[in-house]
Amino acid sequence: MKKEKELLKGNYAIAQAAVQAGCQSYFGYPITPQSEIGEYLSTKMPELNRAFVAAESEVAAISMLLGAGSTGVKAMTSSSSCAVALMQEGLSFIAGDEIPCVLVSVMRAGPGLGYIYPSQGDYLQATKGGGNGDYKLVTYAPNSVQECVDLTYKCFYVSQKYRTPVCLLADGMLGQMMEPAVIGEYPYEEIDQSSWALTGAKDREPRHIASIERDQETLSKRVVKIFEKYSRILENENIFEKYETEGAKLVITAFGSIARIAKAAVKMARKNGLKVGLFRPILLNPFPEKIVAEIAQKVDGILDIELNCGQMLHDIKASIAGVATIPVKFYGRPAGVMMTVEEIYKQIENVYKEIVEKKYGTACI
Amino acid sequence: MERLVYKKPESIRDDFKITFCPGCDHGVAVRLVAEVLDELGVRENTIGIASVGCSVFSYDFFNFDIVEAAHGRSLAVATGIKRSMPDKVVFTYQGDGDLASIGLAETIHAMTRGEKVTAICINNTTYGMTGGQAGPTTLIGQVTTTTTKGRKPELSGFPLKISEILKEVDGTAYVARVTLDSPKEIMNAKKCIKKAFEAQLKGLGAGFVEILATCPTNWKMTPQESHERVRGEMSEVFKPGVYKDKVSEA
Repeated sequence: MKKEKELLKGNYAIAQAAVQAGCQSYFGYPITPQSEIGEYLSTKMPELNRAFVAAESEVAAISMLLGAGSTGVKAMTSSSSCAVALMQEGLSFIAGDEIPCVLVSVMRAGPGLGYIYPSQGDYLQATKGGGNGDYKLVTYAPNSVQECVDLTYKCFYVSQKYRTPVCLLADGMLGQMMEPAVIGEYPYEEIDQSSWALTGAKDREPRHIASIERDQETLSKRVVKIFEKYSRILENENIFEKYETEGAKLVITAFGSIARIAKAAVKMARKNGLKVGLFRPILLNPFPEKIVAEIAQKVDGILDIELNCGQMLHDIKASIAGVATIPVKFYGRPAGVMMTVEEIYKQIENVYKEIVEKKYGTACI
Repeated sequence: MERLVYKKPESIRDDFKITFCPGCDHGVAVRLVAEVLDELGVRENTIGIASVGCSVFSYDFFNFDIVEAAHGRSLAVATGIKRSMPDKVVFTYQGDGDLASIGLAETIHAMTRGEKVTAICINNTTYGMTGGQAGPTTLIGQVTTTTTKGRKPELSGFPLKISEILKEVDGTAYVARVTLDSPKEIMNAKKCIKKAFEAQLKGLGAGFVEILATCPTNWKMTPQESHERVRGEMSEVFKPGVYKDKVSEA
């Protein structure tokens, strides 16, 4: 049966997609701008005989997620910024334990309490993490309500396939805005977790899941194995959007909702004859360095645009280091006021003049 | 005449390794839990949670599925497991620092929600694994590495009475405090541990047993002196007994 498009708020879309993906257990603590996810699931999950627990804190919620994930079921929590900060302890354990689960992080402005405005200020929190030790939080960033649905599916699939925590990194704008989207069937195969999950040691040896390891060699090897997994994820599960990058002189890099606004500005620029393209990583972590490096070799400059003080910028610069010697410009600001298409276009125009017209002259463009 | 054979419970691994210090009561407590799980016939259906502290290597000796929790988070992890797999027997084995200091919120709230899980708490009035620092249950006057002149209430408050608190929590179905300082008390402790599991199995709510245990290494006492301390000043402050029993009422 073909599903109809519905007018959906981002947070409800994520919650419904989680249900559709077969999420068996949800744990969460309220925080704006993502509270609708927990509200929706508090009714829906018990109706389906699935688990919903209003946790006493995010510290507890992430530990409940660890417990649920250790049994092999699909499990999820959702939160935002200053509360995701509280989950870093658990995320490090979950990553070290190789437990599959999904974290939805709907960014608000910070630091501290900041406010509930849309923000991209937690790119570093998601991709570099505050948890201890060597691990990566696999992170996907949607830019529309439909992608909130599709990437929620992807997060569950990747988490289950690779036994790793996966983060859906949205923001307050995506969480709160409404637009048409389809909650389709979960498109991925179900991954059998029975070879490792804790289900009771009936007719088999007992299993234990622990990040602690006394043997130096084994401890080291285990982390190496986890990092090999990240390489496989980048190879097999990478998603990105390239728009008009062929023949472009200047490429805009942006992620999430800002990338969507930037795309409209790039269209405007193309209309006005500026050879501008857009690269939007959707898988943010592990970061698609090779693709950025390839693009960098063909253009005269990169303009990175983010609703923060320059976070993905570090990954962009690291990607092209030693590969291309082009200028990497940045336009961004701390969260609070969303960017407009005209505003971004103006920046594109300025940087284009500065980099491209300076190099070729206006006549050659 | 019945022949009594002392043998290793099935819930203890054949190749078990014990990392506890000589004279420590952990070994007895672990064995009692294992015997209870054997007698209830639930070993193959049990998922245990190893907490941070001396119990962190639980999978070295327990012969069933075990997952590790971050420090203090055992009962949150237990909640996640039990809610996802309601037919499993889920229990935590924690120290007093883990359960009543860093994990007090997780403890109180799991119990308040009436999670059908069991928590066994070893109260030895100190942080054993890290070398004997003062914890939430350290007695007034007790010398530790962080109360070198003895715990002073004006400086670091009072010992926390876990069983008394959890008795008042509506979601608990069984709360008891026991000691392991004589064969009689050990038998009693086993009975209480069994009840704490029955609270879960009967779906009555959370079961909790606080075990007053020795830590000769950090107390700098012999095992005999340590048990005298449990019988004496520890039992005076932390009164052993059954604080709540909905299992027998049910």
